[in-house]
Amino acid sequence: MAGKVKWVTDIEKSVLINNFEKRGWIQVAENEDWNFYWMSVQTIRNVFSVETGYRLSDDQIVNHFPNHYELTRKDLMVKNIKRYRKELEKEGSPLAEKDENGKYLYLDFVPVTYMLPADYNLFVEEFRKSPSSTWIMKPCGKAQGKGIFLINKLSQIKKWSRDSKTSSFVSQSTKEAYVISLYISNPLLIGGRKFDLRLYVLVSTYRPLRCYMYKLGFCRFCTVKYTPSTSELDNMFVHLTNVAIQKHGDDYNHIHGGKWTVSNLRLYLESTRGREVTSKLFDEIHWIIVQSLKAVAPVINNDKHCFECYGYDIIIDDRLKPWLIEVNASPSLTSSTANDRILKYNLINDTLNIAVPNGEIPDCKWNKSPPKEALGNYEILYDEELAQGDGPERELRSRTGQPLGPKGSRSRDSGRNVLTTWK
Amino acid sequence: GSWEKRILKSLNSMCTELSIPLARKRPVAEQKELLNKWNEMGTDEPDLSLFRPVYAPKDFLEVLINLRNPNYENGDSLSFRTHLGLIQVPLKVKDIPELKEFFVELGLNTGQLGIDDSTQVPPELFENEHVRIGQKGNVGSDIMLPRELHAIDIPLLQRPCPTNLTCLGECLPKVSDRLDVLYYEQLKTNVIQHDLLVDSLIYKDVKLTASNDDYYFVFEDYLYQVLLCFSRDTSVLGHFAYNSASPPKSYIRGKLGLEEYAVFYPPNGVIPFHGFSMYVAPLCFLYHEPSKLYRIFREMYVRFFFRLHSISSHPSGIVSLCLLFETLLQTYLPQLFYHLREIGAQPLRISFKWMVRAFSGYLATDQLLLLWDRILGYNSLEILAVLAAAVFAFRAVNLMEVTSLAAAEAVLADLSTLKVMPLLQIFLFATVT
Repeated sequence: MAGKVKWVTDIEKSVLINNFEKRGWIQVAENEDWNFYWMSVQTIRNVFSVETGYRLSDDQIVNHFPNHYELTRKDLMVKNIKRYRKELEKEGSPLAEKDENGKYLYLDFVPVTYMLPADYNLFVEEFRKSPSSTWIMKPCGKAQGKGIFLINKLSQIKKWSRDSKTSSFVSQSTKEAYVISLYISNPLLIGGRKFDLRLYVLVSTYRPLRCYMYKLGFCRFCTVKYTPSTSELDNMFVHLTNVAIQKHGDDYNHIHGGKWTVSNLRLYLESTRGREVTSKLFDEIHWIIVQSLKAVAPVINNDKHCFECYGYDIIIDDRLKPWLIEVNASPSLTSSTANDRILKYNLINDTLNIAVPNGEIPDCKWNKSPPKEALGNYEILYDEELAQGDGPERELRSRTGQPLGPKGSRSRDSGRNVLTTWK
Repeated sequence: GSWEKRILKSLNSMCTELSIPLARKRPVAEQKELLNKWNEMGTDEPDLSLFRPVYAPKDFLEVLINLRNPNYENGDSLSFRTHLGLIQVPLKVKDIPELKEFFVELGLNTGQLGIDDSTQVPPELFENEHVRIGQKGNVGSDIMLPRELHAIDIPLLQRPCPTNLTCLGECLPKVSDRLDVLYYEQLKTNVIQHDLLVDSLIYKDVKLTASNDDYYFVFEDYLYQVLLCFSRDTSVLGHFAYNSASPPKSYIRGKLGLEEYAVFYPPNGVIPFHGFSMYVAPLCFLYHEPSKLYRIFREMYVRFFFRLHSISSHPSGIVSLCLLFETLLQTYLPQLFYHLREIGAQPLRISFKWMVRAFSGYLATDQLLLLWDRILGYNSLEILAVLAAAVFAFRAVNLMEVTSLAAAEAVLADLSTLKVMPLLQIFLFATVT
């Protein structure tokens, strides 16, 4: 009998609950039989933990992969990307080609990053190479801009490490580990302000990799004018774009919330910088997202009960190069403005349409390739099965903008099933 | 004449009420401070609660509704007496056949930027089509020419800009970028040295409009930079030579009424009304350097935008646009027109604000730029009235169901999803008349 989907959530957000109710699904308690559980990252840990973990049955779906943190923890993401590059290099893949300075031509999309305290010596070596640069310290396990600070002197790091060692209540567990990354001190400014991109990416399976890009991403603007001046290093309103930070600023506007649609960004860049470079930028953004997913695909537990909607944070520098900053496993579902509410409601709606086809009781053994009509505002970003046959040679050729077809036209037809021109 | 006096009086009385001078020289310290925060004026929060916009579009509409032609009382033109709209001044406006001829390039058989570039048409095919139109280059305005040439030179899909507005710079008399910068810097110095009452009005207007706008808030600081300089730019006065309005005057303290002590106030002769900054905001998408942005905005203002808040009989003047809009609706959508009129929702009461702002703040930016591009290309604002009528036509089914002005306004509240070019085409060329 085709019954109704029974749902649970431990995140009380109206954009979720309204979507479940719209589908006529039935809310049940966590300890009852459920088909769909939209859970926090804390809960997913318990569901799949060795001690408490229990077997999910074929009609149960959850919104995280068991070890999503391979991608969504700042330190592990960097570790996996470094490993991925090395593997490609060992294989002699053309993707791993380097320039004369030893920089990867196509895989250099994460700012130079070290783990602290583990990589301290490596960091110092790098720091001394360019002592005038600014670095950003982020705790590995925290979100929303918590615990972040900027430094531009080695003494500041020494002080930090002394403080955290002597401080009796801070445990030295891995959770207190930090990553230190080279700060992008030349961000692209619009209207004099710094911003980053929040893009939503849905992964329905890692092996084979199938991922979707949400068309309606947005830029998050700082409320205060950007200045690279070191005197403002501790003014987080200048540097961090997180809404959780910015909304406490005096100039936070509750009508637009400092959010600007990606389509505005595209129009602005096409007008002021040109179409060609704008398309290249967006192609590169798609490229780095796919590469980051490919980097973690071998280590992710590709559990068939799982899907995941990630929040990608990307910063564009003033030479229009995109940088991957981090990936969030639980992108905020809080609505800061009316438009935000609509966007997030639709995001969940379109996500559910792909993860739970037709709103029917799920069968996790289905082939996970929904018809095109069901995608809503999602577009296929990469489909490993479809891309098979395209070797890395072809992938790279298109990435570097070399002619793909006759006349070198950027025909959208040949790649209809996939998003960008490089695949 | 009396409208101009009223605005000036309102400005003067605000000035007296708040005991703020119309203009004063800034003390040196203040000059320095302003110079330092030139690029972030938006972060300043002066108390502007006592300031109010001098007038809003709806006040202006009341003035236009009460316009009468004294020579036309008991006029015998039957055709005009049947005009049931709000505008009661008989002016000659185009009908659809004339508009079709005027806007012939917008026809269904011509490839259109803003329609055909977004579909799956093979790009090569469309390029050729565009080149063909480019070569036709027959629209008789002088701005059109370089623009069409541009279309020939660079195939559409490789063009650096999504709209021809970007090319406006190239259509203007050649002035070097360096001169642009010099000119702009001079105005900036003037802003730094003198404080004007209108500055607060500009500040207030930006805060009330663009700062809250989803599309334009990022450009808040650019708007101050452009608008403050604009108010000091006496070259803007030049447009009064072909504007039937006259610039407001003020008198140096103690010399009231003595013509030789009369000065134009503000120096550019333009008192900003509520929403004025929206004439600049969309251009921020196209120009990165304030000096260039400034020059393009000034050009757009003295060519077109001043007509949207000056009373004149010019075909692009606001009175003619209102009349054109009402006539189009009454003639081609009579049922809708009468229905709305019956329920007390005169269509012009809704569409007036769109036209006064040239749709800025109502349409999505890409669509708005396509529209302004056509204004430039045809050297006419009449397209605003046509689009306003086309929007009503597009929503006609829903509008026929409403029973109040508020409900009609609700139906037309969100224009941000509209596609300008198809709407115009359908209204002009695909409606059976």
